[in-house]
Amino acid sequence: MTTLTDPPKESFRLSMLIYDTRYRSMTIQVVALIGFMLLIGWLVNNTAQNLLDLGKEPSFSFLGEAAGYDINQRLVDYDNQNSHLRASFVGLLNTLLVAVMGCITATILGVIIGVLRLSKNWLISKLMTVYVETFRNVPVLLWIVFTMAILIETLPVPRSFKGVDVGAVVVTNRGIYVPEPLFSRSLGDIHLFGASSFRFDISLDLIAFLIALALGLFVRHKINQRAHRIQEETGIRPTTWYLSLAAVAVPVLVVLVTLGFYLGYPEFKGFNFRGGTHMRNSLIALWLALSLYTAAFIAENVRAGILAISKGQTEAAAALGLRSNRIMSLVILPQALRVIIPPLISQYLNLTKNSSLAIAVGYMDLTGTLMGITLNQTGRELETLLLGMLIYLLISLSISLVMNWYNNRVKLVER
Amino acid sequence: MKKSVFLGALTVAGLAAGVAAAGTLDDVKARGKLNCGVTTGLVGFAAPDANGHWEGFDVGVCRAVAAAVLGDKDAVEFVPTTGKTRFTALASGEIDMLARNTTWTFSRDVDLKFDFIGVNYYDGQGFMAPKALGVSSAKELDGATVCIQTGTTTELNLADFFRSNNISYEPVPIETNAEGQQQFLAGACDVYTTDASGLAATRATFENPGDYVVLPEIISKEPLGPLVRHGDNEWGDVVRWSLNALVAAEELGITSANIAELSAGTNNPEINRILGTEGTLGEMLGLDVDWAKRAIMAGGNYGELFEKNIGESTPIGLARGLNAQWTEGGLLYAPPFR
Amino acid sequence: MSDVFFVRTEMLQQQAPPSTSVGIVGWMRENLFSGWLNSILTVVSALFIFFVAGGFLSWAVSPTWGATSLTECREILAGHEGACWGVIRDRWVQLLFGFYPSELYWRPILTFVLLAVALAPVLFAEKVPAKLVYFTAAFPFLMPWLLWGGSIWGPLAAAAGFVIGYFVYGAVVKAAGSLAGLIVGVAAALIWWLFLAPVVVDLLSGTVSIGLEAVESRKFGGMMLSITIGIVAIACSLPIGIVLALGRQSDLMILKSLCVGFIEFIRGVPLITLLFVASTLLNIFMPPGTNFDIIMRVIIMATLFASAYMAEVIRGGLAALPKGQYEGADSLGLNYWQAQRLIIMPQALKISIPGIVSTFIGLFKDTTLVSVIGLLDPLGLSNAIRADTDWNGVVWELYGFIALLFFIFCFSMSRYSMYLERKLRTDHQ
Repeated sequence: MTTLTDPPKESFRLSMLIYDTRYRSMTIQVVALIGFMLLIGWLVNNTAQNLLDLGKEPSFSFLGEAAGYDINQRLVDYDNQNSHLRASFVGLLNTLLVAVMGCITATILGVIIGVLRLSKNWLISKLMTVYVETFRNVPVLLWIVFTMAILIETLPVPRSFKGVDVGAVVVTNRGIYVPEPLFSRSLGDIHLFGASSFRFDISLDLIAFLIALALGLFVRHKINQRAHRIQEETGIRPTTWYLSLAAVAVPVLVVLVTLGFYLGYPEFKGFNFRGGTHMRNSLIALWLALSLYTAAFIAENVRAGILAISKGQTEAAAALGLRSNRIMSLVILPQALRVIIPPLISQYLNLTKNSSLAIAVGYMDLTGTLMGITLNQTGRELETLLLGMLIYLLISLSISLVMNWYNNRVKLVER
Repeated sequence: MKKSVFLGALTVAGLAAGVAAAGTLDDVKARGKLNCGVTTGLVGFAAPDANGHWEGFDVGVCRAVAAAVLGDKDAVEFVPTTGKTRFTALASGEIDMLARNTTWTFSRDVDLKFDFIGVNYYDGQGFMAPKALGVSSAKELDGATVCIQTGTTTELNLADFFRSNNISYEPVPIETNAEGQQQFLAGACDVYTTDASGLAATRATFENPGDYVVLPEIISKEPLGPLVRHGDNEWGDVVRWSLNALVAAEELGITSANIAELSAGTNNPEINRILGTEGTLGEMLGLDVDWAKRAIMAGGNYGELFEKNIGESTPIGLARGLNAQWTEGGLLYAPPFR
Repeated sequence: MSDVFFVRTEMLQQQAPPSTSVGIVGWMRENLFSGWLNSILTVVSALFIFFVAGGFLSWAVSPTWGATSLTECREILAGHEGACWGVIRDRWVQLLFGFYPSELYWRPILTFVLLAVALAPVLFAEKVPAKLVYFTAAFPFLMPWLLWGGSIWGPLAAAAGFVIGYFVYGAVVKAAGSLAGLIVGVAAALIWWLFLAPVVVDLLSGTVSIGLEAVESRKFGGMMLSITIGIVAIACSLPIGIVLALGRQSDLMILKSLCVGFIEFIRGVPLITLLFVASTLLNIFMPPGTNFDIIMRVIIMATLFASAYMAEVIRGGLAALPKGQYEGADSLGLNYWQAQRLIIMPQALKISIPGIVSTFIGLFKDTTLVSVIGLLDPLGLSNAIRADTDWNGVVWELYGFIALLFFIFCFSMSRYSMYLERKLRTDHQ
């Protein structure tokens, strides 16, 4: 009878670190980590030495000092006596504003153009091809300065409206003035974050309006559900459109009337229009150029997504008697969406990152404030750039997270 | 494999800029080239022509220093810098001197650790407006849209001015003078503000210069001067006295036309000292005897440089104003050469 | 009942289709006016094209080619709207070559012609002799020498490092195994580059000086600068990208997280901030006293930027390979590096080429951003040109010309990439 014994236990030898695959991966990782640490240490050491030579000491205290410069587009209150941090916050909000606006319009434009590129109409599809190729193959910076130049050179100056009855919307080469919603019995604002640099006012009127709207939509949803149930049971769908309309409109109208809603129209006074909401041409140029540029890429993604749906789907839908625009919106696009969304995420990221080219047209975004004027005035390159990059990184990561979550939700569940 | 593109390029060209050691003067001599930071383009002060040859008033100062140190007014590498990159370029040793309409301020001199070696143009921030606007003073600009160049002292001056006069304005920040001009001409801003010299230079190139006025207010002092790194006094002296030589030359009547004649020896001991026929000024600077003579011959004396690039005979047509010699009521006052 | 039948005994002659469905009319009915919506769209787009093209032509056709300044243009046009093409005649060479000495223009031209030759084995593999690949290998050393000039010994020494590394690797592999071989080989090459090569180069250029006139990177400008930054950065980013992609795919946790961290960081920040780092911070990160010129620093940052994107492209290529390829390599008994070198990489790189080309197009377009930090690329030069008293106030002509240049380059590359994609898509045919 023989007994099984464990194979003789090998004693550990140093050479096993290299030759034994069990240990080798460890060795490689440790070496890589040490190398990485050394690299970081080297960089930090160099930086410290250089800063010492220049007589600078890294410190973020400059952020608390008065900025001293003015910013034209402010989503929150700001004047030149506020701190650099506050100025950066104003810039950050501007970055987010143009990024969100750009993503929305780029998506809409991109989908329309992508669909039209596949249109049977020869002229339209060629026109769209020309559009996509022109925008994709010329640098976005050039498009931004180009759009700005077009806005400045072709639109009328505000002075030319002197003494003219302008109506609600005024288009000038300093931007577009649209009526602003005002409330004569306003509820006031809530002030968030006290007196810190991130203080932020939210209009209670807006909140009331949104609550009313949400309420209306909820009721409408309930009405539709009921109609659906009745249809299931009896086969007859009750007419609900006037109920739905009333459900949405009544709460909103009630809120608007109680708050005393009216529109503030732009008026020419002195040198400029006063009143109304002023969309500056730097914002419009950046928004337009980024949307048009990114739309060209999104259009290509949409086209690829549509082409990826097999022809049988279209034919099956046609056999069910759907019209061609309904085939597109009910059958093709929902399926194509799954192919479109992953590249769409990176287009959104690109658009957000490209918004940093705002400085070319003088739009005061994060790059223009924190990494622009603040950097120039304080001479703190290291601190401002690191902070700025960190913020952009956080924005990018949040977009990725949100979009990936959405992508996972709509992804086809494979069984 | 292709990593070596980088390595090859490194060996060939990357290290050409040399090392920023203590002695900039020795570095410049060893390199045989002066690295001079200028603007990326400002009418009259610095701009490349079709052959890539830089011209302008600031460029003239660089050329004079190169001529004094290296004996060749063309031994200059012009490094275009923006408002953001100029100070780091100088601090890191990428350039030896910066001649880029830079305002001499306390914080730049003390906090950012630079040495302004003098003033080559006394300027001040002004406003330009179309005549049709009917404005005669900057204080009437309540609610106006103002174009400003970012990255300079102008935006702070502007904020201060409007704040102290308690009037509102809408700033339109722009990156370069060319864009500012475009926006202003198209009426996207009511007034354009920058240094008065820049305003005049810009206005001169308009299709109808007469339709625009420069408002009387000068809201700041802008002494524009070349600067060098803090702590290298030998090099600072060379640049400072090269500039002073140009100024003194005008005062003493030394021009590029008569310099050959004068350097044969004159009765004026100061001229003789400048031109090296008397004394050992050049040696004290670490240069040879003819240094100032070459600096003056590079583009003429201060007055000649001014007339050729921005003076009244040019399209820019700036008057001497504050930049006249002290003997003619201006502020130019070169310390004595002795 | 009479049996009367009507039976046709001969076939009817085939008739021509109705005139409304053939020829131009038919084509138009089918493709332009197939419904009221389509007809409206057609008319609207035709009007749009007519107005845009009409407006553009009446502006562009302008007899101002010979003008020497904007004032002269205005005199020639005498109040009419029109382009001032004189600025292009005066400055097009500058927009292409920057400040590169004009007597040396043959060097960049030759470089870019040779570049096409060197790329041919990669891009059109089946149409050129295979031997050309040796030229491709030599080109990375030839290109900087031609562009920047200087002594020939520098690039030769850089190339020699690879040869030395290879031979040391070969020698050690037999004695001590592949990993040790790799480490010793790399170490030998590094020692050569860092310590021996400078001495040898000095010695050689002192005795036998063969070289071209050196041109500083500062002289680079215009289109040439954009192309140089784009090509050098893409070429350098390829090996880094491969390493990063393999690192991201590997099972080694620390290595993987380092690679992921680097890639996501670079992809998460805008290029412009990296360029700000290049222009203001990179010198601070280096040991005191080092000083790259600004174009070198921009190339370094552009390389890092491109390698993160390159890594993702190559990762896509690796992921697209069927799992059987990995398993096949394993079953042949190949170790990791052998499998990568002989089986995986050749295929993964080949399917990544369209992605690499579009990364290059993206990077090439992004090189215009260097104008923001004061480099004179075409866009930066347009500002410098407008600072000349002669051309102060010119806008559209310069932007249009630059846009056209970029369009030509990028469009042809994207067409090539599409051709390649069609060629590589063998599974659907």
